[in-house]
Amino acid sequence: MTTMTVNDAISAALAEEMRRDPTVLIFGEGVATKRRDLLEEFGAARVRNTPLAEGIIAGTAAGAAATGLRPVIDLLFAPFLCYAMDEIVNSAGKLRYLSGGQFQFPMVVLAMTGAGWGVGAQHNHNNESWFVHSPGLKIVMPSTPADFKGLMKTAIRDDNPVLVFADIALGYTPGEVPEDAEAIPLGKAALRREGTDVTLVSYAKTVGTCLQAADALAADGIDAEVIDLRSLKPLDEAAILRSVAKTGRLVVVHEASRLCGVGAEVAALVAEKAFASLRAPVLRLTGPDAPAPASFPLEQAFVPQPDAVVAAVQSLMLDVVAA
Amino acid sequence: MTAFLSPDPAVLDPAPLDPAPLDPVAALERMMLIRAYEETLIDLHGRGRAAGTCTAVGQEAPAVGVVSALTADDLILTNHRSAGHLLARGADPGRMLAEVMGKRDGYCGGKSGSLHISAKELGVVLTSTIVGGELALATGVGLSRTMLKQPGIVACFFGDGAACEGRFHESLNLAAVWNLPILYVCENNQWQAFVHRQETMAADGIAGQAAALGVASAVVDGNDPLAVHDAARTAIAAIRRTAKPFLLEAKTYRLRGHFEPDDQSYVDKAELVHWRGRDPIPRLRDRLERDGRLTAADAARIEARVRATMEAATAFADASPYPGADALTTDVYA
Ligand SMILES: Cc1ncc(C[n+]2csc(CCOP(=O)(O)OP(=O)(O)O)c2C)c(N)n1
Repeated sequence: MTTMTVNDAISAALAEEMRRDPTVLIFGEGVATKRRDLLEEFGAARVRNTPLAEGIIAGTAAGAAATGLRPVIDLLFAPFLCYAMDEIVNSAGKLRYLSGGQFQFPMVVLAMTGAGWGVGAQHNHNNESWFVHSPGLKIVMPSTPADFKGLMKTAIRDDNPVLVFADIALGYTPGEVPEDAEAIPLGKAALRREGTDVTLVSYAKTVGTCLQAADALAADGIDAEVIDLRSLKPLDEAAILRSVAKTGRLVVVHEASRLCGVGAEVAALVAEKAFASLRAPVLRLTGPDAPAPASFPLEQAFVPQPDAVVAAVQSLMLDVVAA
Repeated sequence: MTAFLSPDPAVLDPAPLDPAPLDPVAALERMMLIRAYEETLIDLHGRGRAAGTCTAVGQEAPAVGVVSALTADDLILTNHRSAGHLLARGADPGRMLAEVMGKRDGYCGGKSGSLHISAKELGVVLTSTIVGGELALATGVGLSRTMLKQPGIVACFFGDGAACEGRFHESLNLAAVWNLPILYVCENNQWQAFVHRQETMAADGIAGQAAALGVASAVVDGNDPLAVHDAARTAIAAIRRTAKPFLLEAKTYRLRGHFEPDDQSYVDKAELVHWRGRDPIPRLRDRLERDGRLTAADAARIEARVRATMEAATAFADASPYPGADALTTDVYA
């Protein structure tokens, strides 16, 4: 085991995959300037700065992916993906299908998002569910350095376009990463805490929120299970259903806004496939339908906090007691 | 030390390195096949057997002139008027018709229709119906050519309308700074769907913008396949010599409407008459007959061959089955 931050885990995964496969390259605004180690090891052809033009960065990645390379692009902050939406959604996501499978698009799009830096809504927008809704794309949003490393490696090896969202607040979080970290399969959730009374489903920074809430709930004698989705598409439906079948209660927690968010999908999945197991209504704790504010207290208020998760779970237990 | 190099001004050689003039009779026949293919599509649509489509009637010369200047290693990206580019590259008109009719034997199994046909075996990477999509991906295809040390160059066809998209500038700029081997071919057909080019751009053409981006350019009569071919060969020679992109603007005209059916009621009649007089097919044919390079009997033989090809193509597409319902969700993911 080594201890490293999320940011270092991403770099480590990049270095290992670039060593493994000469067709892997990375480019983006400032990539060669900031990822000095990669530049030194792999040279200027495989580690490139680009002009400030997210659309052509993503389009270049798609064209390169279709013709033999495995590009990784760093588009910096998730709101900037709007400039690259066409290339990611209409090209990378659709052209395998439209070509009848003749072309494939093995590429990785990196973007940061989330509260923590007070950068406001044009840098902070948890827009991951837009891409979940787009066919042909896979989306991961891990919460630990080990998962970032393992999922980044898998994303690079995957023959589909994969978006890897990094929660800004987690970037400098240290964590244990096995030396020989193997690629972690996409579409497998991680069980962060076992419990029997309620299932807390989350991803990214709010996994930590759920774990804190679970500790507080344990003091009250409530045993919460915490599932870290890690991968939003493919979604580990089996892990969610298995847990809800056991606990009968579900709270989904994420920072992204509620409407048509990942939580809506998880709730609908459970309503469709595990209705009989439910002993209480499904709850969602999410960010509001508002742009992310810069002011620190407002930014924190945007994100579900542990006490809110505790209160939500307690309300579900009361519900059952009352019934 | 970095990959971010500033471009040297590219110098265009007056003569191609390896001049291999296009056989004008072969060019005529290919243009006639493209015309016949598109007329077949219009007819099939009229009879309710194919979806409406964007044709490039009148624009056959840039397709034949440029594609005949490419080698087997070169790759093509194009836009919604791609039938000519595909057929010039040797695509099977039967499989193309089958694609447009949504049949299983189409190049993309019926999933692309007319507006997204790609054909890997021909090096046609993309038909983009997102205007400018071909410009956005071309740089990546150019990048893979250089990084994988592939000999081919990339030909990217787009319209004057696409040149109004930001991606045009982004694409040329990146191709120039990264030294990507891309032949940008702007088919300036004067129209951008239902809007005339003069309404959307102050400049009189597109090529003038290239210099500002560090890209060499040339303008050619886009209704003369031989002139286009020579210009394309010269441009490709420059790309190979300088390892830099090149923009070729072919001035041409869309003789039919934007999307079939289209009565062209919005088109200035005098302009249409002017350009009909420059229709590349009768123009080349008359020239060859005048020069004694084509007899009436030759022309009749070509016409008969083209007709037979299209009859066989239509029969093939008709006979091809529709894809099974399971195809709805195949090839979404690897
Ligand atoms: C991004 C986008 N915007 C608008 C359209 C609708 N549209 C299709 S073709 C076209 C005109 C394109 O003009 P040009 O690039 O000159 O090509 P032409 O049709 O003249 O061949 C338009 C506006 C589209 N397909 N994609």
